[in-house]
Amino acid sequence: MTDLLGLASRVAGWARDGEQVEAYVARGHDTEVVVFEGEVESLSSAESAGIGIRVINGPRQGFAYAGSLDPEVVEETLAEARDNAGFATDDEFVGLASPDGVPAADLNLWRDDLASFPASEKVSLALELDRAVRAGDPRIRQVQASEWGDGALESAVATSTGIAASSRRTSCYLSAYAVAGSGSETQTGGGYSVGRSPADLDLEKAAGDAVERATRLLGAVKPRSAHLTVVFEPRITASILGILAGTLDGESVLKGRSLFANRLGEEVSVASVTLVDDPTDAEAYGATRYDAEGLATRRNVLIERGVLQRFLYNTYSARRAGTASTASAVRGGFKSAPGTGARALALVPGTLSPAEVLSKVGDGLMVQSISGVHSGVNPVSGDFSVGAEGMLIKNGELAGPVREFTIASTIQRMLGGVVAIGDDLERLPSNAAGVTLAVADVSMSGA
Amino acid sequence: MLVRRPGDASIRTGAPNGVLNGRNVLIDESVVEGVIATALRTGGDFAEVFAEDRRGSLARLDDGRVEELTSGRERGAGIRVVAGETTGFAHTSDLSESGLRAAAEAAAAAARGGGGGLRIAPLSRLEAPMPNSVDVLPESVPKSDKVDLLRRADESARGAGAAIRQVSAVYGDSRRRILVANSEGVLASDDQVKTRFAVSCVASGDAGMQTGRESIGSTVGFELFKTVDVDELGRLAANRALTKLKARPAPSGSLPVVIKRGSGGVLFHEACGHGLEADHIAKEVSVFAGKVGERVASPLVTLVDDGTMGPEWGALAIDDEGHPAGRNVLIENGVLTDYMWDWLRSRKEGRRSSGNGRRESYQHLPMVRMTNTYVLAGEDDPDEIIRQTPHGVYVAQLGGGQVNTATGDFVFGMTEAYLIEDGEITEPLRDANLIGNGPEVLRNIDVVGNDFAMGPPGTCGKKGQGVPVGDGQPTLRVTALTIGGTAR
Repeated sequence: MTDLLGLASRVAGWARDGEQVEAYVARGHDTEVVVFEGEVESLSSAESAGIGIRVINGPRQGFAYAGSLDPEVVEETLAEARDNAGFATDDEFVGLASPDGVPAADLNLWRDDLASFPASEKVSLALELDRAVRAGDPRIRQVQASEWGDGALESAVATSTGIAASSRRTSCYLSAYAVAGSGSETQTGGGYSVGRSPADLDLEKAAGDAVERATRLLGAVKPRSAHLTVVFEPRITASILGILAGTLDGESVLKGRSLFANRLGEEVSVASVTLVDDPTDAEAYGATRYDAEGLATRRNVLIERGVLQRFLYNTYSARRAGTASTASAVRGGFKSAPGTGARALALVPGTLSPAEVLSKVGDGLMVQSISGVHSGVNPVSGDFSVGAEGMLIKNGELAGPVREFTIASTIQRMLGGVVAIGDDLERLPSNAAGVTLAVADVSMSGA
Repeated sequence: MLVRRPGDASIRTGAPNGVLNGRNVLIDESVVEGVIATALRTGGDFAEVFAEDRRGSLARLDDGRVEELTSGRERGAGIRVVAGETTGFAHTSDLSESGLRAAAEAAAAAARGGGGGLRIAPLSRLEAPMPNSVDVLPESVPKSDKVDLLRRADESARGAGAAIRQVSAVYGDSRRRILVANSEGVLASDDQVKTRFAVSCVASGDAGMQTGRESIGSTVGFELFKTVDVDELGRLAANRALTKLKARPAPSGSLPVVIKRGSGGVLFHEACGHGLEADHIAKEVSVFAGKVGERVASPLVTLVDDGTMGPEWGALAIDDEGHPAGRNVLIENGVLTDYMWDWLRSRKEGRRSSGNGRRESYQHLPMVRMTNTYVLAGEDDPDEIIRQTPHGVYVAQLGGGQVNTATGDFVFGMTEAYLIEDGEITEPLRDANLIGNGPEVLRNIDVVGNDFAMGPPGTCGKKGQGVPVGDGQPTLRVTALTIGGTAR
């Protein structure tokens, strides 16, 4: 097995005079088991590795990648990145990260028991999940897929400016997507459980969620259009926080593409909202010791008691903004140069249980799934319009199910319209954690 | 789910011949035969080797700067073994004989087939016709020429008005060589070259910021820019953002919607395309299961999925299972005629694949996927359709969409839309999603125009895999769709 940090450091050492070189090396192993109607539909096992090299020659930057760690390919990739740098516009702010003295959090995100977990056990769990969903309710007509998935990712980043960082993590999940039927009607719902090792997974919860979410929508009707208070389930809140992260990206702010530009220090939300991105929180799915440029991660408070406190920066955007990196460099694997992004967003939870949130809302709508986020949310203008499914709320309790409608507002208005935050922080497989969240004055478009 | 890069495109036909006539072979035939034999040694009904070599380059201009050029290369092979109902899959970036054999053994172990002794058919090479020509391979073009395109688009966009505050432009090209061989004797290869270009603008006014985007993409080489004017793309994107500065909140509730030619293919992609994929049919998670021969749409609707439609974005000579691309009529005059098929689903039904088995890369299993999906033109005058709509919404550009195939509920986003008042297009509207139910919307199409255009290049996502797809349609009207605006 290649020593990843050794390889990255070797490549960084090939920097010529006046040049900075960064090498990011990653290797992953994934398994996926898909079960359908009590049989294994597919079992995939995959090992992949690659390198992404950034070269900064004076004021110009180039990037190249390859899906191989073969020495000859690595050399070609460096040459290609060097060549690419020649065509970029001069930019005094380009530059690689340098060690900034912040110590890395003591996180152990690797579990050996996943590596030794036999394939037969993974298959058994996926089959058991499938049985549990089917047995969960007589109205479950089909389970579209019951899945086991796991991954082990190791990566290293080294630069000619002194960065040398490596990290590794394991993760695994069980997920099921159930189809409930009654007469000619069909409804769907999904459930899952995520962890770092098989011991973390809760099969009963994954199955139970899929069953409950599919069956409770049976009988759903298209609601009448209205303006009302909407309660987002934790996983929907997490999606919305993910969208919000894009507007708090320092690069978007610099480039005039964020609705929060020039609003640092202003009230952008109600006082109950405190939003934090903390990749040093070991419980967060996106926890990591180092960011994608090899700086130690840190806890960043973005909104504190409704006041906008900070944007997220990587090395480049921080230099341009005249500030320090918040260690928020992220990459989509070895195939891309680092951008900026949140990894572990969470709202500071409130004090109300989800039932108390409903009771406080009185009449409104509880949203359990949304669709069309990529086509209906514009993070520049703030326009927000998505398809939704859920349950009406009457007198503080869940009433009838509704579907085929949209909910719409703007990101700005929603932040100002938060009326209750639940105490039910839920860790989700994304860059944000969820919590029950009630927002007033949202448009529901239906019949 | 279709993530769209909006814009306009019209159908062009490619001349035969081109630079790709000698399709390179990634692995020696004798090695392929040995690997298939290894994959089936412990049993199994079917084995397949899919090898891929992909190179691409990307250049991005943002905020007046060409930020960086990126180029990349990936190659490897995915090996699939099917035993009974179970598929085993493994992939490797090592295309040596030993690397391939190791992956074959891993896939075989995953499939855990019993028995063995399957007869392997001798490989027979298929030469499917190329859907289009490629005249100028992107790798042969100086990088400075690609960068020049970005600068021109930036200049023309900024020249459109002082309210344009930000411009980004992206040039991208890819070359994907594939080889597919299987135990049924299929041996086929393809060399797929794609080129694309997009411009995005931000305009700023009293009421906040607005965005405009325009993109183009074809299964051709750098000659794309002989017919596409990047200055014009820049102006269009900028004008779209400027127009929207005056936009008012979209209506909320149900209204008639007229969709401009070439901007609503995504509606059909989501409303029925995904529901006509044979894997969803087999699992009975499609509202169209068991409905072949039945009327599922207005008699004005004829829907086709066509991988042979060169040089459109979703065109291919062979699919990723080595079967020739086809022109498949899915709905004819409102009647459901067929589904789309890959090898796995067609085998179970004892029929031929329709050439719709596709995968994102060698690291993925193939699935039933669309190629270029479009509705044939009708007979009505597009202007007349608007005139005869007293009150409604005119959609001139769409974002993307998403569907729940089990319920048929789908959404798609409008990124350029206007009110129709008294038969005339009036005020621009802010971005919003529309929602509808597939079968209902298909029945509620009451007029279809005599014009037609393909839409901009899209990426269709399914189970986490993205593949390039195209779509198109004539101007048409849906009598009622729910518009997700905020107007009171």
